[in-house]
Amino acid sequence: MEKSIKDKIQNLINSSPVMVFMKGTKLMPQCGFSNNVVQILNSLGVEFNTFDVLSDFEIREGIKEYSDWPTIPQVYLKGEFLGGSDILIEMYNSGTLMEKIEIELAS
Amino acid sequence: MITKDEVINLITKKIPNSKVSVENLKGDDHLQVTVTSPEFDGLSLVKQHQLVYSALKAELASELIHALALKTETPN
Repeated sequence: MEKSIKDKIQNLINSSPVMVFMKGTKLMPQCGFSNNVVQILNSLGVEFNTFDVLSDFEIREGIKEYSDWPTIPQVYLKGEFLGGSDILIEMYNSGTLMEKIEIELAS
Repeated sequence: MITKDEVINLITKKIPNSKVSVENLKGDDHLQVTVTSPEFDGLSLVKQHQLVYSALKAELASELIHALALKTETPN
């Protein structure tokens, strides 16, 4: 991956404690999986930023390589890759998601 | 398109001692896949999913599989 793209991705990841790379926007998700993540974070009252990968092909492909994760959405917590839609749903259902976010945001 | 058997073969080739079930969510390119394997023991959820994704890398990159809902488990 080109350094300029990697730098751009890292800057985006570090732009918010909870950062979501998704298809579409918070208000208009363009994919059911991205929508799942937005709804979960909204329901927990978590503040988060999003980046619409449909607006930037280099980021869309680069983020998959960056995290070794082939799908969108991708959620980052304090700069660490937390998971995609399936993992967020599973953590939400088991109650571990809010706990994990609270611990990370407090540290 | 990709058949359920092809998906199962790809995953079991990568993770030999795994049990794989595949369901179509909507159409042939939206799949719900559940993988059960002792290989997952001690791995984070991210690592577990990465292991399965690595078996399907080409199919995901080419969008032969457009969407994949994945669940990984260790046998009880």
